[in-house]
Amino acid sequence: MLTETPSAHINIHIAGENALMLYFSKQASSDVSAKVQQAERLIRHAMNDYLSTDIIDLVSSYASLMVIFNLTTTDHHQIRYKLRIILQNLDEFSKVDGDAVQAELVELPVYYALESGPDLTIIAKRAKLSVDQVIDIHQAQEYRVYAIGFAPGFAYLGEVDERIAAPRLSTPRMKVPKGAVAIADKQTAVYPNVSPGGWNIIGLCPIDMFDATSSPIMPVKVGDKVKFKAITKSEFLSLGGELPQAIETIL
Amino acid sequence: MSLAIGFLVKRSGMLSLIQDAGRFGAFNIGLTNGGPMDLGAFQWANRLCANELNATAIEMTIGGLALTAQLNSTIAVTGSNMPLSINGQVKELWRSYHVKAGDVIELGFATQGLRSYLAVADGFTITESFGSTATVCRENVGGLTGGKLKTGDVLPCANQNRTKNLILPDKLRPKFSDEVILHTVPSYQQKHFSSHQQRLFFSSEYTISKNFDRMGYRLNGKKISCDIDGVLSEGICHGAVQIPADGQPIVLMNDRQTIGGYPKIGAVSSVDTAMLGQLSQGCKVRFEPISMEQAHNLFHLNLSRFNRIQLDICD
Repeated sequence: MLTETPSAHINIHIAGENALMLYFSKQASSDVSAKVQQAERLIRHAMNDYLSTDIIDLVSSYASLMVIFNLTTTDHHQIRYKLRIILQNLDEFSKVDGDAVQAELVELPVYYALESGPDLTIIAKRAKLSVDQVIDIHQAQEYRVYAIGFAPGFAYLGEVDERIAAPRLSTPRMKVPKGAVAIADKQTAVYPNVSPGGWNIIGLCPIDMFDATSSPIMPVKVGDKVKFKAITKSEFLSLGGELPQAIETIL
Repeated sequence: MSLAIGFLVKRSGMLSLIQDAGRFGAFNIGLTNGGPMDLGAFQWANRLCANELNATAIEMTIGGLALTAQLNSTIAVTGSNMPLSINGQVKELWRSYHVKAGDVIELGFATQGLRSYLAVADGFTITESFGSTATVCRENVGGLTGGKLKTGDVLPCANQNRTKNLILPDKLRPKFSDEVILHTVPSYQQKHFSSHQQRLFFSSEYTISKNFDRMGYRLNGKKISCDIDGVLSEGICHGAVQIPADGQPIVLMNDRQTIGGYPKIGAVSSVDTAMLGQLSQGCKVRFEPISMEQAHNLFHLNLSRFNRIQLDICD
């Protein structure tokens, strides 16, 4: 059997020889994400204590948690059993979870312009909106940090307003600039570094999303809220932002 | 500036990377594992130098590295059959040698296998980044500066004057083949692949494409289709077999992205990903389904074999 049910809402599946997946829901939502975070906190608490040699690492995402365990000390049966015990009170814990209040609202400045956001016009055209309306809609709401991964410091933020949600580019750019603020479907993110990427670029953020030498290393963590705030070009430059030579335009 | 001495990189080779056993505990900021692609060969190199198993060594891909010793030490090279010479004299792999300050260590190019490991007594002394010295170039993390070794780099280590060397007897050394069976635990979105597609996947031969690196091995062969395009992005474990829209499997390795949303049909056992890491374009693989219990057995048999073998002492 691949599936068991430790609590009414969690399915445990095999991922690999030393990895289990905990699925909390098939759909992403802020409630599901909060539950994933609570489960992660409970497991990390046990990892600091009696599970320190048995569980090696966790990867949390929108609606799942991957648990990597140590095959030299334990096996998947034991880990399933221990996870069931740790998570059996997840629902009660959710109600009184003191750690949850640590979530912060982080404001990220963005220089939205055609020179910094070459895909603004494509999104505006598709949505039958003006470029300014697209910018207004993007900064109108608070986004939840659902997951961090893919690359160091890459935070998946959701959910983007339906009107400006945009499919990934059919041909990814070879080079997305550092700080690019971008949209893919109903997700938005700031590229922490230069990388290839297929998201639609709408602006540039001058804040470092990943700096190994600073503390904290990242300005956001999973569960935080992010709000974008438009800044002018001179503000962008004075905050240390750098305009790339040219951002590849996609026709 | 650090005045530390150790080994000077005289020629960097094709791809030479500082690696320890890997980076664990940093998934929450998006950092992947890195670490040796062939963990077994890496651990043998350290055992031959009487080191701890996770001591920092060099992973060399294809070959071509040349080092000058700046102090006395002991070295060992394991893995693919890169020809090794010390001061121009041909030396054996899978054993340790004393080197003195001024000695030149050179590696040629592998014809069987792809990656080799060069360990030194007590390991290289490299500052850890996020708990590990493992280099992940894509993340610009680990090693000396987050990238591959360059000519002129100095790899610090301790001066050592040992009297004995260790050797792994010839008959116990791993043999590298161009064809490997990848024992795979069906997992993740397995149920979204029809039984016909699963049989096709587990009965077809795949060829390593030109796109293979420390992040993943893209294969060419029978196209596998899935009844979903993708899933909510989720954690990707080592060895996960991702099936993107073109139906050609990708086995995700040490430098993989930490989360992703393509459907995955299973995950290859770590004993076999180590063998896959020694393969290059044109080599053949097959996938064979195994249960979680069988995967655990493979892991423990391999581990107990490694622990049981005693190294011989030589001059």
